[in-house]
Amino acid sequence: MEKKLLTGNAAVARGAWEAGVRVVSAYPGTPSTEITEYAATYDEIYAEWAPNEKVAVESAIGASIGGARALAAMKHVGLNVAADPLFTVGYTGVNGGLVIVTADDPGMHSSQNEQDNRLYGRAAKVPVLEPSDSQEAKDFTKLAFAISEQFDTPVLLRLTTRISHSQSLVELGERQEKELAPYVKNAAKYVAMPANARKLHVTVEERLKNLAAYSETTELNRVEWGKDRKLGIIASGAVYQYVKEALPDVSVLKIGMAFPLPKQLITDFAAGVEKVIVIEELEAFIEDTIKSWGIAVTGKALFSPIGEIFTETIKEKILGEETTMLSGGENLPNRPPVLCPGCPHRGIFYVLHKLKLNVSGDIGCYTLAAVPPLNAMDTTICMGASIGVAHGMEKARGKDFSRKTVAVLGDSTFLHSGITGLINTVYNGSTVTTIILDNSITAMTGHQQNPATGKTAKGESAPSVDLEAMVRACGVKRVRVVDPFDLAATEQAVREEVAATEPSVIITKRPCILINRAAMKKPLVVEKEKCINCGICLGVGCPAIARKDGKAKIDVAQCVGCGVCASVCPKDAIVSREKDGE
Amino acid sequence: MTKQVTNVLIVGVGGQGTILASRILAAAAQRMAAEVKVSEIHGMAQRGGSVVTQVRFGEKVYSPIIQPGEADVILAFEKLEALRWIDYLTQDGAVIVNDQSLDPMPVSAGAAAYPEGIIQGLQAKAKKVVSVDALSLAQAAGNAKAVNVVLLGVLSQALGGGDDLWQEALAEAVPEKFLAVNKKAFALGRRL
Ligand SMILES: Cc1ncc(C[n+]2csc(CCOP(=O)(O)OP(=O)(O)O)c2C)c(N)n1
Ligand code: SF4
Ligand code: SF4
Repeated sequence: MEKKLLTGNAAVARGAWEAGVRVVSAYPGTPSTEITEYAATYDEIYAEWAPNEKVAVESAIGASIGGARALAAMKHVGLNVAADPLFTVGYTGVNGGLVIVTADDPGMHSSQNEQDNRLYGRAAKVPVLEPSDSQEAKDFTKLAFAISEQFDTPVLLRLTTRISHSQSLVELGERQEKELAPYVKNAAKYVAMPANARKLHVTVEERLKNLAAYSETTELNRVEWGKDRKLGIIASGAVYQYVKEALPDVSVLKIGMAFPLPKQLITDFAAGVEKVIVIEELEAFIEDTIKSWGIAVTGKALFSPIGEIFTETIKEKILGEETTMLSGGENLPNRPPVLCPGCPHRGIFYVLHKLKLNVSGDIGCYTLAAVPPLNAMDTTICMGASIGVAHGMEKARGKDFSRKTVAVLGDSTFLHSGITGLINTVYNGSTVTTIILDNSITAMTGHQQNPATGKTAKGESAPSVDLEAMVRACGVKRVRVVDPFDLAATEQAVREEVAATEPSVIITKRPCILINRAAMKKPLVVEKEKCINCGICLGVGCPAIARKDGKAKIDVAQCVGCGVCASVCPKDAIVSREKDGE
Repeated sequence: MTKQVTNVLIVGVGGQGTILASRILAAAAQRMAAEVKVSEIHGMAQRGGSVVTQVRFGEKVYSPIIQPGEADVILAFEKLEALRWIDYLTQDGAVIVNDQSLDPMPVSAGAAAYPEGIIQGLQAKAKKVVSVDALSLAQAAGNAKAVNVVLLGVLSQALGGGDDLWQEALAEAVPEKFLAVNKKAFALGRRL
């Protein structure tokens, strides 16, 4: 069989394809996004971007009840949004196999928290599988569908950033077509109202017992006896690889099914070694369960619940080995990601900074406006929170507070969960000004389509939501659309709408420069004689402009000629090259 | 290299093409070793952040992540990034560094200074430092963006593997329409 180097995400998509999956629904979120992008490349799979994770899971549930194998994918915080359907589909069970992929982010490479979603498996009483490399990502995906159908349960497949975004060799297989299971009306199973749910809960507890028995014998969990029978390590996911690397001789119990755990297997393993240590990132999920059985183990006493665990951490904590390394890389200027040259978000945040407004922010590329030099965001909680938070601020501090405050969020975020916040401002009578940054794409996660972009996940054209009509339909009367590159018009709009004592919406409309390369223009240039080194242009936070030898200087390799820096220059020193005669 | 696993750390600035470089390297590594693992952290669409890709290959590779002090080669697309990741180099490892500086935001905003004398600093620490004017070579090859493949050409000398193997890897990883210019860029780097 052919072997290919695949990321964990590509391997999950491949596994879904080989398992005969017909429907994939997802909302983007690092590190899960590429699962759906890869799935969309298979003709046999219908793959879509849903407006949010709750809808994605519901869509996958519908496909499953409709008899198809279906998968939903999201980042860890996405499962918070989708928790409601998850908990109940845990009761109803499935028809076609149903797998929900959660990609967690220990170390927070690109997330706002590092919650451990294995806990969701336990809370929702659904099995959790954890692969350790791309081959397992594919194999476990296929197995997850088999488990789902065998035990009549949704299955959580838990990845982490290192699994999702690492590549390793995968043996490819063929697609096994799966006939649609018949659609049979079965209200007692699928209508989760109290009378039915009480019975379903009994089934769930029974199912958990059966899954626990399965966990004892499945190849997902296995003991690898080492030369050393003194120390036994229990590990899962990426950490298993670090353990094998750091401690080649110890005995390892590799956990592939993190919930429910195999009690007997673990008991026997513990009896076969002198000391057991659980090495797991984030929560003491495995450790606490084992302790609850009265078995002595160590884990979080040695390893922090914060961030990732690496090979060198294991060597240090278990072997007392210090890593020798060269020094000198410390205390260097750091290099954070920045809004791209030509980013449509730059102008509006420059205005918000200039007007010294309070900014209830949200999550997207624009969150980068929270750092210097723009410093134009006061709060970021979760996707869609900006409007609700601004509303709550007004209710706490009075309408005057909204005269110097705005809520800001992107188009994808507005459709994800911002719209309910907007409805709330109208219904509950606050006077919040909401700014929707419509860059015609879900940019932050690598440019995915959304319901306002006119394209589907498969690249086909689709109807697009008319944001302006939509906010009007919510009851907002003051709605205006501005070009965020027109700083004067943008500033005027912000001043007027913030002053108005009723809810208002400003839509800044301009596509992300990375999807609109046709809009890239010739680099601008600073006329040295005119430049007075006031540094105002540096305040727009463009990576293409810097101070060199006491003057502003534009890097021709980076500048795309958007003109935002030129608009703020008090001396008109920033001009196009033609004018400069170059 | 006689070690069981070869570790290459590729570091640079978002937008410099480290991903393509790692793809080509991975394709070559697959032809040199039984097992290859690659780890790259990506997610944010914006440019300008510090990026790192790790490539490991050998008989048996467990972790996709290189430990500090274990990289045989650091391939740096930018000087400051070479210094930032220096603690990953083995005591006798090599740094291949593009002699180019890109100011990070704290420097261009005037909040920090770009360190002076980075190449000398690297030379004082690492056993071997190869400093390359990759931009000029890429321009000579016909495309300033081919800096990544010039550097990969330099790396190919350090890692071994015959011409055919690397040509195959290039053909596998580089899109057809950019292949010719990238082959030129690679050859200029490999010749150094
Ligand atoms: C519940 C949840 N799902 C997904 C994400 C990942 N995520 C962060 S920002 C973002 C989308 C941003 O798109 P948009 O609001 O259009 O802003 P842009 O990045 O285009 O400026 C996504 C999907 C998240 N943080 N939380
Ligand atoms: S990817 Fe687009 S929206 Fe995001 S920072 Fe760059 S230009 Fe702005
Ligand atoms: S015109 Fe100014 S703000 Fe726009 S990309 Fe060029 S340097 Fe940056």
